[in-house]
Amino acid sequence: MVGILEDKDRIFTNLYGLHDWGLEGAKARGCWNATREMLAQTPEWICEQIKDSGLRGRGGGGFPTGLKWTFMPKQESERPHYLVVNADESEPGACKDREIIRNDPHLLIEGCLIASYAIRAHTAYIYVRGEYVHERERLEAAIKQAYEAKLIGKNNVHGWDFDLFVHHGAGAYICGDETALMESLEGKKGQPRLKPPFPAGAGIYGAPTTINNVESIAVVGSILRRGAGWFSGFGRPKNSGIKLMAASGHVNKPCVVEETMSIPMRQLIEEHFGGVRGGWGNLKAVIPGGISMRMIPAAEAEEALMDFDDLAARRSGLGTATMIVMDKDADLVKAIARASYFYKHESCGQCTPCREGTGWMWRIMERMATGEAEMKEIDMLLDVASQVEGHTICGLGDAAAWPIQGLFRHFRHEVEERITNYRAGKPHVQGATLRAAE
Amino acid sequence: MPIAKVNGVEVEFEPGMTVLQVAELAGEEIPRFCYHERLSIAGNCRMCLVEVKPGPPKPQASCALPAAEGNEIFTNTPMVKKAREGVMEFLLLNHPLDCPICDQGGECDLQDQSVGYGRDDSRYGGDKRAVEEKAMGPLIKTVMTRCIQCTRCVRFITEVAGVPDIGLISRGEDVEITTYLGKAVASELSANVIDLCPVGALTSKPYAFNARPWELKKTESVDVMDALGSAIRVDSRGAAVLRVLPRLNEEINEEWISDKTRYAVDGLGRQRLDRPYIREAGKLRPASWAEALSLVAEKLKGAQPDKIGAIAGDLQDLESMKATKDLFSALGVANLDCRQDGMALGAGPRESWLFNSTIAGIEDADVILLVGTNPRVEAPVLNARLRKRWLAGALTIGVIGEQADLTYGYEYLGAGPATLSGLAKSKSEFVKALKAAKSPAIILGAGALGRADGAAVTAAAAGVAKTFNMTWNVLHSAAARVGGLDLGFIPGEDGKSASDMVAKGALDVLFLLGADELDLSKSTAFTVYLGTHGDAGAHKADVILPGAAYTEKDGLYVNTEGRVQMGQKAVFPKGEAREDWSILRALSERVGQTLPYDTLAQLRAKLFADHPVLGRVDHAPSGAMVDLGAIGDKGELSDQPFANAVKAFYLTNPVARASVTMAECAAQASGAAMIAAE
Repeated sequence: MVGILEDKDRIFTNLYGLHDWGLEGAKARGCWNATREMLAQTPEWICEQIKDSGLRGRGGGGFPTGLKWTFMPKQESERPHYLVVNADESEPGACKDREIIRNDPHLLIEGCLIASYAIRAHTAYIYVRGEYVHERERLEAAIKQAYEAKLIGKNNVHGWDFDLFVHHGAGAYICGDETALMESLEGKKGQPRLKPPFPAGAGIYGAPTTINNVESIAVVGSILRRGAGWFSGFGRPKNSGIKLMAASGHVNKPCVVEETMSIPMRQLIEEHFGGVRGGWGNLKAVIPGGISMRMIPAAEAEEALMDFDDLAARRSGLGTATMIVMDKDADLVKAIARASYFYKHESCGQCTPCREGTGWMWRIMERMATGEAEMKEIDMLLDVASQVEGHTICGLGDAAAWPIQGLFRHFRHEVEERITNYRAGKPHVQGATLRAAE
Repeated sequence: MPIAKVNGVEVEFEPGMTVLQVAELAGEEIPRFCYHERLSIAGNCRMCLVEVKPGPPKPQASCALPAAEGNEIFTNTPMVKKAREGVMEFLLLNHPLDCPICDQGGECDLQDQSVGYGRDDSRYGGDKRAVEEKAMGPLIKTVMTRCIQCTRCVRFITEVAGVPDIGLISRGEDVEITTYLGKAVASELSANVIDLCPVGALTSKPYAFNARPWELKKTESVDVMDALGSAIRVDSRGAAVLRVLPRLNEEINEEWISDKTRYAVDGLGRQRLDRPYIREAGKLRPASWAEALSLVAEKLKGAQPDKIGAIAGDLQDLESMKATKDLFSALGVANLDCRQDGMALGAGPRESWLFNSTIAGIEDADVILLVGTNPRVEAPVLNARLRKRWLAGALTIGVIGEQADLTYGYEYLGAGPATLSGLAKSKSEFVKALKAAKSPAIILGAGALGRADGAAVTAAAAGVAKTFNMTWNVLHSAAARVGGLDLGFIPGEDGKSASDMVAKGALDVLFLLGADELDLSKSTAFTVYLGTHGDAGAHKADVILPGAAYTEKDGLYVNTEGRVQMGQKAVFPKGEAREDWSILRALSERVGQTLPYDTLAQLRAKLFADHPVLGRVDHAPSGAMVDLGAIGDKGELSDQPFANAVKAFYLTNPVARASVTMAECAAQASGAAMIAAE
């Protein structure tokens, strides 16, 4: 057997698109089975089940999904409730939601219906990333099938009026932030809102809103079908469940795979991704989530478990569990400099630390990558990163700071070496830039 | 009331207050750029970061965080200090630091706060960002490289001014504040963004490179460009008024003023009458005061009282009108009028020509009917308040008159008097709202009153107000009007009205006290003009007596609410010009009817003795019940639609018409109108 998860326990049984993605195929795989019975239960029961299953948000935050649902008002007032599904999967490295939308769209649609019922919403929006053109077309086709089969829509067979709309983004990373996503959905410029008010109080159009990741919603149907206990039986306590994981970079077989939480990182890489290019010994570092998570060096990757708490203890994070593996040929400094460029490019420009800080950090990182930087700029860069981290409206400031912090936490000596090497034999370079600036 | 601790000191605060407000209650100063009391909260500058317990272990933006019972707020911890230094460093990364050549220097928030909360140096050694200047019209000068993207201007223009003309485009470090497609800002309140801008990105174009703030003499005064009497500060250097800024007055203008109030002052230095003139052989020649006054006295003495008339203009202070009235009454003249537009008010009780809701009180109304008025051009600051009230919700507005963009939604009921008189029988949604209203108000504009059938329109409006129990409000467009009516500066028994006085052969001697809004072409009278500018009155005048403009004399003005306010002298009158009342005092001596006052104080004492109601300065009468049945005269209503009193916002008075800036604005506005029409 490869990995830990057995085939019988897989939720996304068409993850690789080998079978029919459409309604018939999905039904054959168990989707839409007993959905009516689930909706015959109370919304509280569903929330309770999801809480018991230990499902934590799959978009990277890891906030308990069932708990989030209970924040919604218990009674619908004149303001309708909304469910919004965040399919703006734009984090470099992350590509798991795409596979769900492509190949198992009905699991997502079914999950939307159940989740909407649980939070008493009659309308849901799926905000699809701008670049996901084919995925959006596939999703729209699947929704059309569901409407035609009266699985959703007004007077559907499940007895809960429910409309589902797909909104296609315009390709801005910041619209993956839940409040910026809501702004964008309302037709405004995608800029994060201040919190409070939180979406459950005032979300889209000022109405109570729950925002969840695609994967969080898509697993809901299967959890209810198989029982909360089944789901919580995988992984370590508080990190339970099954999760899509992926690897890109220097592995032999980069792919998306469904696995249990808390699987050892090494086992995951070796058994599913064909191992590190050139063998485990050639591994240099792993960025466990999307690019925003702090990297961990090979020694820690050896022991790390793929779950929220273990990676948090290693001053990194699970994120979306879509890791980037880098072997000894990788230029880590250059890689992080490129990540810094990404954050500089994607900053919305609304608040000061991120608008000004991301550009500053990128410019220093570029000079670090070539070695032109000053030695004392390393500490300054870390100080700047700490001035951005935690000082911004949304999480983009944090996400821009973390990769840099991760790099210097484990590979500071490499940067220092590079600076020293660059200066060797170039006496005129020493201190020139800074002296000019002073 | 809940209690929070600020730096260990307990403070009681009202529920709903933000952490920033609570900290200020405790006397702690919180630096800020984007936060402004009258605008929505953006929370984007991050300068106001403080530490709040309980909460996440990172600094919080205090402007956006609601304070809660038991909060412990810290504004002086190392974490807060470092956060502020960090934000300030970021703000200065791309700021050009060109303070020596920046007009904001000396009154710049960024300058002040970088001294107070910044680091002593920058660690940034790279190139700075440069941003292209934007075209925002003739008033707002932009140096966008200095911009710190606080978006105060965007929020003011979209929220208060109500035009979607300024926005933040692009993203990341490329964000720019701009008007869309380089269009001029089409708002009468646009220049308030200059005051709001915490840095030198938006500065005053007409005032560019004129002076430093510490060189200026600041005089607190009252505006006369419209009938609101906004609180202003006149900044002058030597003999010149360089700029006008708003002062805070919650009851009138909050802290906004219109572009005309702010920028018409360059007209105070142009087209000025700075010495007496006498017309000889069709041409004006300079004359001495003695000569001019003697000639006027001779003409007055030689004419019958019923062939003499005096008309007061729209910018006059109470004192000059009082002296004029006293002088001409002593001569037995009944032909007095202060209503150049011929508005049919002045006979009834005082409340009949006042804005009885009061300007601040209009926010309590739930249904408002606008008749023959476009507040956006007649009183832009009041319009902003109406918009603020409308945004707050649960307000229905109906309009009878011209259908204009008022920056808020309203139900358009009709164009003319017929709609007004038929309103009680109408079954429109608006009338339904009116019937259900708790505190409805009617606002009658000068456009409805200054008509041939003005008295009948007034009666019809009063009838509607009575039917629906509405508060009676008259919105004047002339600063002197309420004062004139209060003084009884209206025709006495058998006296002629202003329009009759300028008819052919009506008078032998016509005395114009700064009256420039009349068609004088038919008048055959010997015309004396006491005023400030070479405008319509001076062109017709046989004798010109140069007076003082509103910035050049101490004067009392009564605004449309009936609030008496005191204007202060900022500079001396131009050349040989004198304060108006002293000219009249000199003239009275020559006609043998010496006025019983030798100083302004004595004049005021007489004024208050004769009109006790004017003695209460800075007080707006309100709550008085108006006998609506006694207002106006029943009569034939014409079917002519109501026209607004203000045709060209930027050119309503002699000062504005002499102003280059206002001419540019007017050209801009009409040019924009032409493009829109194409």
